[in-house]
Amino acid sequence: METKRSPRILVFSTEKISDPGIDQAGLRKIHYSPSVYVISLPCSSGIKPRWVLHALKKGFDGIFIAADGHECSFSPHCAELTNNIIVECQRRMKEENFNPKRIRMAALCSVCAEPFASHMANFSKILAELES
Amino acid sequence: MEEKQEKKRIGVYICHCGGNISDYVDVEQLRDIVSNEKNVVISKNVMFACADSNQKEMIKDIQEEQLDGIVVASCSPKLHLHTFRNVAERAGLNPYNYVQVNVREQCSWAHSDHPDQASYKAAGLIRAGIKRVSHSEALENIQIKAHKSVVIIGAGVSGMRASIDLARMGNQVFLIEKEANAGGQIAGKGKLFPTEQTGKMVVDTLMDQIRRLPNITLFTEARVAKVTGSIGNFKVDIVIQKAQDETISLQAGSILVTTGYETYTPKEGEFGFQTSPRVITLDVFDRMIRECEGKLVYDKKQVSSVAFIYCVGMRQSKGDNKYCSRTCCTSTIHSSLVMHEKFPRIRALHLYRDIRTYGKQEMLYEKSSKAGDIYLMFQEQHPPHVESSGDQMKITVKDHLTGKQELDVKVDLVVLVTGMVPRTDSNQVAELLKIPVGSDKFYNEIHPKLRPVETVINGVFLGGSCQGPKNISESVQSSLSAAAKINAIIRKETIELEPIIARIDAEKCTWCGKCQEVCEYDAIFQVETNGKLVAAVNEAVCKGCGICTPVCPYDAIDLIQYTNQEIEGMIDGFAQDVELKAREREEGAAHEEGGVMMKDFPQLWRSIMDVLDEGPKTIPQIALKLSQPAELITWHMMTMNKYFIVEPAGIDENDEYYRYQLKNKA
Ligand SMILES: Cc1cc2nc3c(=O)[nH]c(=O)nc-3n(C[C@H](O)[C@H](O)[C@H](O)COP(=O)(O)OP(=O)(O)OC[C@H]3O[C@@H](n4cnc5c(N)ncnc54)[C@H](O)[C@@H]3O)c2cc1C
Ligand code: SF4
Ligand code: SF4
Ligand code: SF4
Repeated sequence: METKRSPRILVFSTEKISDPGIDQAGLRKIHYSPSVYVISLPCSSGIKPRWVLHALKKGFDGIFIAADGHECSFSPHCAELTNNIIVECQRRMKEENFNPKRIRMAALCSVCAEPFASHMANFSKILAELES
Repeated sequence: MEEKQEKKRIGVYICHCGGNISDYVDVEQLRDIVSNEKNVVISKNVMFACADSNQKEMIKDIQEEQLDGIVVASCSPKLHLHTFRNVAERAGLNPYNYVQVNVREQCSWAHSDHPDQASYKAAGLIRAGIKRVSHSEALENIQIKAHKSVVIIGAGVSGMRASIDLARMGNQVFLIEKEANAGGQIAGKGKLFPTEQTGKMVVDTLMDQIRRLPNITLFTEARVAKVTGSIGNFKVDIVIQKAQDETISLQAGSILVTTGYETYTPKEGEFGFQTSPRVITLDVFDRMIRECEGKLVYDKKQVSSVAFIYCVGMRQSKGDNKYCSRTCCTSTIHSSLVMHEKFPRIRALHLYRDIRTYGKQEMLYEKSSKAGDIYLMFQEQHPPHVESSGDQMKITVKDHLTGKQELDVKVDLVVLVTGMVPRTDSNQVAELLKIPVGSDKFYNEIHPKLRPVETVINGVFLGGSCQGPKNISESVQSSLSAAAKINAIIRKETIELEPIIARIDAEKCTWCGKCQEVCEYDAIFQVETNGKLVAAVNEAVCKGCGICTPVCPYDAIDLIQYTNQEIEGMIDGFAQDVELKAREREEGAAHEEGGVMMKDFPQLWRSIMDVLDEGPKTIPQIALKLSQPAELITWHMMTMNKYFIVEPAGIDENDEYYRYQLKNKA
């Protein structure tokens, strides 16, 4: 079965905060691209850059980090720490010839169903443009 | 890090969820694809994975097939992670060798507009689950020694009551009070609702019980200076004010915070407070009632009329205190009644925004209205104006209920109903204990409904009005529930914790200290192994956030359950291509029912609908007609009911079963 597939996106979400928002998008049948795959972690500041690189090498077109931002129950510095991780990822992505635009972050909360879907639509568009 | 043995006998269960998944995702084809995956020995479709009958089936499979890992592809783990962990445990499989894959919320529902692509994605999700489970470790909960002692901070009614229960349950209790006496806010109050005991009586009774319990130590004029350690083993340093301050170190398995509240102090000029002579707060008024004899006198003048202004400093749309203090309406009405009882013939005017005498407290409101008290409602944007007028106070107020008429009233005394606000030093305690404060600046529990007295810090609990406005009964309820929780934890003198924590590979670590810097919980410390300084994790303190894992320059840290192998295995699973055949569909076009797009009714639904065409039937009747087990029919009927295909049609003549009929049978 060969269908034209939209860009593959790997989302790192967090179990307590953004995951419920993503679940809610499904529950309310707010559709987003079926090429979006989600891995949930306790905290967005625990993402290892090597996982990001691994995903890109395995054919993912983009990585989206659904961060906890100021809602994080683990660390008041979460937004800053997650941002540091993105900076490090981008440094390594450049070394490996991946466009740094392939990683993106946004704060999502536990009721962010529509925002999640629209982030996915925007990011898919950006990634599709990178291809052309 | 030690190489983990890959799982060799994996069982995979792919759920229909009664159509919620299988309407969009080709679960049968996925089952066949998965059965060819490496190390998968069982691959099954189930109608409802969470159903009791399926749980039993899984237990049987795990035991008979000696499964060493299971994957359930169904709904969100938020719903059933613990259900299936329990299934694993009951079957003798380690609960951490089970992985839940979300093919409903994050697949069939999210992509119901693209069923083919949903099936493709589900294949990736399930393969990721299989990879993850094959790298999963059997984990044992962490066991920690616990002191059978509790530090309670704050000896108001909440702390006192909790200390008595905890002591009676056999624990050592250290009760810390910063003032010279225990009792807190009620100690100085007169008669209290609903029992009409005075504050002093309540406090004396509690104090008497405390004195009789040798395992309670009350420290007064004492403050907490430092807290270290963690659940089971906190070390709390307190400083006792004396001519020479004395510091004492206490050891405790758990800490209960019952530091209470303060009353709001009106700003200068707020309703004439401090700028007009005859404006006082409810606290002062209560004291006056208690202390005056024969007649009520304020500032040498007999009081024959009082106006209460409600919600002062509370429910501010533009201030700090957005919340309702919820006890003050009742306190005020109660004070007014106590006043009438002691000093008959004083007129009372209540200027309120809303009256919130919830529950039985409503009776007090009724009693006060019958006693002739006058109630006038004002709106926040038109607050009463207060000014002095001779030896009286003049209040101008827009009566909201009678056509916004402006009224002038003269009274001898204005009482400002000030509510409960957080303690000014609450941040200090929060910082010592690392517990969060909410936007209202009271302490925050983990979850207001599900975990109402726990904080994010394991072993630290909240009780009473330090969490938000509460009356005595509510304060004591919460502190006693915290006491019960604490006792359950420290009673056995060992504590079990979830083993999701960071783990450091001592071979790779060079002790650069980077992980220690980012850990918010001081969970990382230095140890010497084989003559080398390396980092180690304090199991009891680690919260399992994983924040330390990306900062290590040598990739020496893994978060258990989220190791490189597990996460990268999942990514591999997602990325693997899959050949899917176009789904073989049963006859029948897409169908709109109750606003829900139903693709392809399962054949059984058509049969059920045919049976119901004859008229309403019960589930046993349908089952009999179709020669199917009643349980199966129940599952389908529930789903059909949910999608508005059938509806209940009353109970049968034996008063036993519901009948169902077709919904749109016109
Ligand atoms: C005007 C008014 C009238 C009321 N009337 C009634 C009534 O009639 N009936 C009723 O049921 N409720 C009434 N209430 C509510 C009642 O006062 C509270 O429910 C009750 O006092 C809550 O008890 P608590 O122990 O939680 O807090 P508190 O009474 O505030 O006690 C907290 C204690 O902790 C101590 N503390 C604080 N910080 C520290 C620290 N850092 N270290 C050590 N110690 C510390 C304080 O000194 C205090 O002793 C009224 C409230 C108000 C405002
Ligand atoms: S309890 Fe009554 S007086 Fe107190 S804040 Fe709420 S509405 Fe206002
Ligand atoms: S960051 Fe890594 S190398 Fe540095 S101390 Fe921690 S574990 Fe060791
Ligand atoms: S996982 Fe979090 S709490 Fe545990 S050691 Fe690492 S940073 Fe500290």
